[in-house]
Amino acid sequence: MASVAIRNVRKAFGPVEVLHGVSVDIADGEFVVLVGPSGCGKSTLLRMLAGLENITAGDIAIGNRVVNQVPPKDRDIAMVFQNYALYPHMTVFDNMAFSMKLAKAPRAVMEAEVGRAAKILGLEQLLQRYPRQLSGGQRQRVAMGRAIVRNPQVFLFDEPLSNLDAKLRVQMRAEIKELHQRLRVTTVYVTHDQIEAMTMADKIVVMNSGNVEQVGPPLELYDNPANLFVAGFIGSPAMNLIPGRIGNGGFEAEGGAVLPLPPTAKNGAGTYGIRPEHMRLDPNGIPAKVQLVEPTGSETQVFLRIGETPLNCAFRERVSAGPGDTIHVSPDLGLVHLFEAGSGRRLAA
Amino acid sequence: MSATTAAAWSRTRQEPNWLVRLFEWKPFLVIACLLPAVGLLTVFLTYPLGLGIWLAFTDTTIGRRGIWVGLENFEYLLEDPLWWNAVFYSVFYTGVATVGKFALGLWLALLLNNHMPFKSLLRAIILLPWIVPTVLSAIAFWWIYDPQFSIISFLLVDILGVRSTNIDFLGSAWPARWSLIAANVWRGIPFVAISLLAGLQTISPSLYEAALLDGSTAWQRFRYITFPMLLPILAIVMTFSIIFTFTDFQLVYAITRGGPVNSTHLLATLAFQRGIPGGQLGEGAAIAVSMIPFLVFATLFSYFGLARRKWQQGEGND
Repeated sequence: MASVAIRNVRKAFGPVEVLHGVSVDIADGEFVVLVGPSGCGKSTLLRMLAGLENITAGDIAIGNRVVNQVPPKDRDIAMVFQNYALYPHMTVFDNMAFSMKLAKAPRAVMEAEVGRAAKILGLEQLLQRYPRQLSGGQRQRVAMGRAIVRNPQVFLFDEPLSNLDAKLRVQMRAEIKELHQRLRVTTVYVTHDQIEAMTMADKIVVMNSGNVEQVGPPLELYDNPANLFVAGFIGSPAMNLIPGRIGNGGFEAEGGAVLPLPPTAKNGAGTYGIRPEHMRLDPNGIPAKVQLVEPTGSETQVFLRIGETPLNCAFRERVSAGPGDTIHVSPDLGLVHLFEAGSGRRLAA
Repeated sequence: MSATTAAAWSRTRQEPNWLVRLFEWKPFLVIACLLPAVGLLTVFLTYPLGLGIWLAFTDTTIGRRGIWVGLENFEYLLEDPLWWNAVFYSVFYTGVATVGKFALGLWLALLLNNHMPFKSLLRAIILLPWIVPTVLSAIAFWWIYDPQFSIISFLLVDILGVRSTNIDFLGSAWPARWSLIAANVWRGIPFVAISLLAGLQTISPSLYEAALLDGSTAWQRFRYITFPMLLPILAIVMTFSIIFTFTDFQLVYAITRGGPVNSTHLLATLAFQRGIPGGQLGEGAAIAVSMIPFLVFATLFSYFGLARRKWQQGEGND
């Protein structure tokens, strides 16, 4: 096991720079999730960590050893690929034992190691099957087994759950997290799904177009997003981000709504942010017209309009109002985020 | 508001005319669609093949209708040293040329599978020997192998000075045999290279990355990933290549016509030689028919020996 340090790393493909100086510190045994929209450079960063892409500038160190010039096989890492990259012509056993076979390990060692990994993952019955004969979840487990067998310093996961259906994804998510808690190996996990990031990570790195937007524990990112991008990206349903400016009676939103401000509000705010789940039904609140009601069972999402300003709310209560009705809502003032006009940085309350 | 009701209207069904009905009648449609294909196959494939096999069992010569002689032609062939010679050279030619084509073709395919400048241009150039009509390239090789004007001899004697005499490529048996094989390899490489390149491109790059992380060397990646993954396509390409090479006619006939002293006859050229210039149609047909068992064997060998792999078959456990 080892810590990982990424220091001011840049990556350019020809004239196009896709990573503009990324720095992340990963402690030993930590589960770090790189999250961001498609094309933000998170997979590229992971592949640079694995040694599959070279590093244009900056340093990557695994356990205090700078690995910029170290070939992938000597970096002591194991990677689980998005499409699993199982060798189709080898059985599950051979897939998992391949790295040892290349290293000319004795048969007994291979059987012991593969047996250990298979037991952890519940693959004992499948060792003689070929990947084609496995279901998606089983293939995923084999891919992880292949990584476990290597006993690496660092596990790398490249969007490992994106090929699974929704139910299996939730199940495998729990399995991967549980596995990490058992093995305590430093893990870097790439995903574009912020729910995966929130549920699995010890620490989330939010990336956007080649830059790190914010690094922190999941709830820290949820409670105190550093800027508009993180605020909009983390949390589901997404935070309401309402442009406007601070006026006399409150926040004057584009579209006509006037929203109440917390007493500590400072000038200079250009965007008013409130999460849907932080809106509540309040007979003395702002009147708003219901556009659409989406009950999900545990909560009810209501899309409202205050004047012309759209607002998405999520209530624990059942809402009986239908489209066209007027209801009264108010934001939880302690949980309102204000973002600086122009820079988009959050203004500390 | 006065309610005006539209006149009741319903879409009138038009009775289809007889032609439409005919084409909607499935048995007719099946026959109408199959007929052209069946007709072509019958006239250009079944009939010549059937006639050839029939002729092999008769003593037909040019200008004389033959009678059924049973296996007499084949019995004669078994005692004919020229036939044995052609069998030997056909097998030798096919074997050596196939090994050469696949060694070079695979090497070329692996090279072209890498990223390199002018990749598509290079791939197009590779195809040139394949698209040039065989007879034209055969004539070119005839010049290359010419005892007096050969460019190879010119290079070795006049430019490099490593030899003092021209090479006699086609004047004696073994040099002629090897020369023809070289020409065949040259002509066959593009087919192998392009087919294998297509096969290589179906191998997911992430498999190589996974193998890279697993600690493989370049040779191990070829040995454990590329080669086994390529095997199914290799088998099919090899089957085709063996069939094309074994039945080759143009190259040999255009360069040596089976000479010197019948040493480079393939079964196909010998069959033609006997049947048409020699006039012994029955015997020529018998030689042609005698290729069938070899081809069937080669096909079955590559099909069962190489093509079927358990990992390719879907479900069906154990």
